[in-house]
Amino acid sequence: MTVDRGRNLGRGYRLLAPTLAVMGLGLAAPLLLMAVTSLKSQNGISLTEGWTLAQYGAVLGRASYRSLFLRSVLISGAVTIVTVGLAYPIAYYVAFHARHKFIWLVALTIPFWTSYLLRVFAWKIILGFNGVINSALMRLHLIGQPLEFLLYNPFAVVVTLAHAWAAFAILPIYVSLEKIDRSLLEAAGDLGDSRLRRFLRVTLPLSMPGVIGAAILIFVPTTGDFVTPQLVGGTKGIMIANLIEAQFNGVGNWPLGAALSLVSMALVGVLAGLFVASARAATRAAR
Amino acid sequence: MKHRALSIYAFAYLAFLYVPVLVLPVFSFNNSEFIAFPLSGFTTRWYAGLADDSAMLHALANSLKVATVTALLSTMLGLSAAKAVTHNRLKGAGAALGFISLPLFIPDIVLGISLLLLLGATGLPLSLAAVVLGHLLVCVPFALTVLIARFEGFDRNLEEASTDLGENGWMTFWRVTFPLMLPGIVASLLLTFITSFDEFLIAYFLSGTEATLPIYIWGQLRFPERLPMVLALGALILTASVGLVILAEYLRNLGAKKPMVGA
Repeated sequence: MTVDRGRNLGRGYRLLAPTLAVMGLGLAAPLLLMAVTSLKSQNGISLTEGWTLAQYGAVLGRASYRSLFLRSVLISGAVTIVTVGLAYPIAYYVAFHARHKFIWLVALTIPFWTSYLLRVFAWKIILGFNGVINSALMRLHLIGQPLEFLLYNPFAVVVTLAHAWAAFAILPIYVSLEKIDRSLLEAAGDLGDSRLRRFLRVTLPLSMPGVIGAAILIFVPTTGDFVTPQLVGGTKGIMIANLIEAQFNGVGNWPLGAALSLVSMALVGVLAGLFVASARAATRAAR
Repeated sequence: MKHRALSIYAFAYLAFLYVPVLVLPVFSFNNSEFIAFPLSGFTTRWYAGLADDSAMLHALANSLKVATVTALLSTMLGLSAAKAVTHNRLKGAGAALGFISLPLFIPDIVLGISLLLLLGATGLPLSLAAVVLGHLLVCVPFALTVLIARFEGFDRNLEEASTDLGENGWMTFWRVTFPLMLPGIVASLLLTFITSFDEFLIAYFLSGTEATLPIYIWGQLRFPERLPMVLALGALILTASVGLVILAEYLRNLGAKKPMVGA
């Protein structure tokens, strides 16, 4: 028996090894190299020999960089709240009230089966000077001049990303709502809880794993998106990823770009961790 | 009453999701180089133009290659890792899972740049192979999630029975594990294929001179006169993906109905 278990264990590790090797090569080694690069400085087209903390000094010291970090986190945070907030009722509707669940789920995911770049670009067409909204309002004679405040600002970035990432909110929340044991809801009702109270004390806490998962799946990648700010953000909607991208393109500064990447990765990681911890604590308190 | 409000909201939300996406087919048939209202007549010339665009066709071929290899590799890696963590009580399985899922918590741009640094340090060229490695980082965690969910509802005794009846490891895999896992495998292939096919941020740093389709599209967005053709391309991708999803769903149902022993 013990021999058999040992054989099984060995097989288990052998099954795991290729995946770990690929992730080690593609993830651990490059990140290590990024840390090394961030401790150098650029010298023409090569890197200097010695070690320096100059890049981190620049990243943390410059007010313009700090405000860019802050803006990126605020925009991604707003995107997360808006996306999850808009998606929750629809996930709830499909899980509890819709008659043809499968058709609803397919209908809700079809818009995501086309190019991300073009979904983002579509908002430029909708919000633009001669776009869908402006031409419709002009046609209806509600406005005389096209509205210019629709595009090229943080608002446009938030709306566009809330659309582009909607599936990542709908699906995890739906799955967690679908898993809820319906007899718990009946019990709460039988024990005299009102609908609202039942929702707040049973449904919402039990669906929090889906909400937390969705929030992380949206917050983390949107902080690294330089496409959307560039297409619809204008100068006021520029995010940290645009600055990072610029360091690796044309006249770049790789060590500075590496330091910016690591600092933003750490910042996003810490914020995501804090969010998960506090959301879990709040869920426990609500029960 | 509350119910009706929710239904209305559901349809409003559908409109929010669909209106931007429908912009693509609408303007792809519009007979004007300018993407603006009012519309100015019907044409199929943008679609005809696509067929003659050799750069686009080359990028499409590159994307199909990258997505196929990525889907197969990440599903194979996901399958073996999922089997390891669900069927063997391994020490450190949690840590290994956490490590494999780490890319979900790292912005894609950081993954792309760190791989760019690795290529720079080792002297390897920017290439589609590098793009595949980058895509594996994002796709393996997805594959693993889908496949672990499938393995968890899997009766381990079936594999043991097969071994007891004298089948070797490979035959057990092909005749028992694989058919039972088929719906999960199809879902994983589909998810990873589409993720890789549409991935831009990582490929942007690693593809070098071999553009993938999203890189090609990104290049075209700078030229206003090329836009209607790009929108036609978007409409075609949408149609093809919907077809693919329906096909996968059909296959999944087929697999689910098949008696597992005869498979």
